[in-house]
Amino acid sequence: MRSVNTEIALTHILTRKRQTIVASLGVSIGIAIYICLNTLIIGTNRYSDNAIFKTTPHIRVYKEDDISKPLSKDTSGKKGTIVIVNPKIANISKNLINPSKLLHDIKNQPDVTAAAPMVTANIFYNNGKSQLTGVGWGLNIIEGDAMFDIQSTMVVGDLRTLLNTPNGIIIGVGIADKLNIKLNDNISVISSVGVIKLMKVVGFFKSSNAVTDKSKSYMNLATAQQLLEEGPNYVTDIYVKIKDPEAAVQYATVLGKLTGYSTEDWKAANELFVAGKKIRAVMFLFISWAILLVAAFGIYNILNMTVSQKLNDIAILKANGFSGKDVVSIFVMEAMVMGIIGTLIGFLLSSIIVTLLSRIYIGADIGYFPIQFEFSVSMTGVGVGLLVTFFAGYIPARKASKVDPVAIFRK
Amino acid sequence: MEKKIVLRTKGVGKYFYDPVKFKVLDDISFEAYRGEFLTLVGKSGSGKSTLLYILSTMDTEYEGELFIDEEKITGQNLNKLAAIRNKNIGFVFQFHYLLPEFSCLKNVMVPALKLGKFSHEEVEHQAYERLEMLGIKDQALKPASKLSGGQQQRVAIARALINNPKIIMCDEPTGNLDSKNTQIVFDIFKQITKEFNQTIIAVTHDNDFAKASDRTIELADGKIISHGLDKTKS
Repeated sequence: MRSVNTEIALTHILTRKRQTIVASLGVSIGIAIYICLNTLIIGTNRYSDNAIFKTTPHIRVYKEDDISKPLSKDTSGKKGTIVIVNPKIANISKNLINPSKLLHDIKNQPDVTAAAPMVTANIFYNNGKSQLTGVGWGLNIIEGDAMFDIQSTMVVGDLRTLLNTPNGIIIGVGIADKLNIKLNDNISVISSVGVIKLMKVVGFFKSSNAVTDKSKSYMNLATAQQLLEEGPNYVTDIYVKIKDPEAAVQYATVLGKLTGYSTEDWKAANELFVAGKKIRAVMFLFISWAILLVAAFGIYNILNMTVSQKLNDIAILKANGFSGKDVVSIFVMEAMVMGIIGTLIGFLLSSIIVTLLSRIYIGADIGYFPIQFEFSVSMTGVGVGLLVTFFAGYIPARKASKVDPVAIFRK
Repeated sequence: MEKKIVLRTKGVGKYFYDPVKFKVLDDISFEAYRGEFLTLVGKSGSGKSTLLYILSTMDTEYEGELFIDEEKITGQNLNKLAAIRNKNIGFVFQFHYLLPEFSCLKNVMVPALKLGKFSHEEVEHQAYERLEMLGIKDQALKPASKLSGGQQQRVAIARALINNPKIIMCDEPTGNLDSKNTQIVFDIFKQITKEFNQTIIAVTHDNDFAKASDRTIELADGKIISHGLDKTKS
């Protein structure tokens, strides 16, 4: 059976529909903006994370440069000769020892979804007299595609051609422009150790970074090894992809212990990007809460006014045996009805806005606006909306419950 | 028939502090009996309304003791007091004080729904009975604000009666009514006390109204100067 408190609250609301709707719309707008902003930040973060992951692996396993140590040091504890040697980077191979076993160990880790050996070589691209410096990435192109989604950046040619072409190379569009190269042209590549190789261009890629497009190329692992005069066991990096990129920091330590080599997670490799992301998150959080608070003040204001106008009614109810708790529950219920209506409209409104935004075409490699409906964000928005209206209603309701009926009747 | 005490005060006193400390009520002790039509009279400022609000349990800042049905009311917590009011006391005020958004019927039903003793349907039935007794059944579904003053006062009386309270307290119940409506209200009060054995305690300025009641307590300067005679015995 509907309680009498509910009945009174509903009657109050139905007899002041206009005010109820105005307060509800305040909440609606607050909630809609809260949900939209948070959806937007998730969307853009996802997009920019993906952009990062096209060039940076979740975790990189590599051999850190060793710094040469003093030749001799004082071991006697008190006296002795200390020989100080100017420390420099030791001239030691950057090869990871026994890469196939390392790879096997890493791939057996539970959260690792992909791991690929890599050789990076500093190279010069030559076409006739013109020369460009750059970096050649030697890798299995299929594994590389799984990790960096290279296929999505390809503008000319096919990745698989590289597999069948031992001396093939895929270059950035910037290199192709500068050296005036077309598909299936040959270019000569010179490595830092002086090896010259004639290579066949089997494709062009275009990333979102112009500098990358002017310097980077993909080639087969064996080609890169040959450019560095190394054998098939020479691997400088192992790139690792894991299930949850956010866990990369902790997982990098795990892999470091497992392999004995240095590890770098994508956050450490892109500190500026991570800092920017944090600033955006704080900014959006601030804005969305500010708007919610304004909406809450709307409800608070209207209920406060209702309480002031209904002092007589409150006094009558109290005289007729309604306790302070009953009065609180009546007014909180009124706030909650406004809150529920407002939150639901806000939820619908945000869904419409998000849908419209996701249809805006941005262009470049972004394509459509990077936003999509986020269930968890919407649910949080609804929850926060109800919580805020509860408190916005509770404060005037408490005031109502404190009304002294005698003071009202004596006036 | 032996008289049964339904309400009793013992040395009730009260101060007002604004603008200066001032004793409004001083050592008020009296009893009200079942089925009694009791009026409180006195000049303006004699403290009769103040006393009524103490009796009503809504004012809790006083000295002395109050008993309803031999249960001590003084010192009970506010929620308990609200429940006691709901069950035992009905109110009729000078300015009828109905809930304007509700129909007359709903206004009458509210205290009973709060009490929660009967189902919604039963409460509605009882409310119709009360309205019929007061001759305004045909107005039941109209909003309270659309009725005339006399009709509103009768709705307020119906509301006061809905829970069959032991006591009905009235503050100037006829103060705002013309002589015809005053007579109607008076007759209803007589009927309530005689037929249903409920007690009425009414504050009034109206001397004719007071004279026609069973007993009149007269206050002056916060003290009882006359407990009045029980006219039903003489």
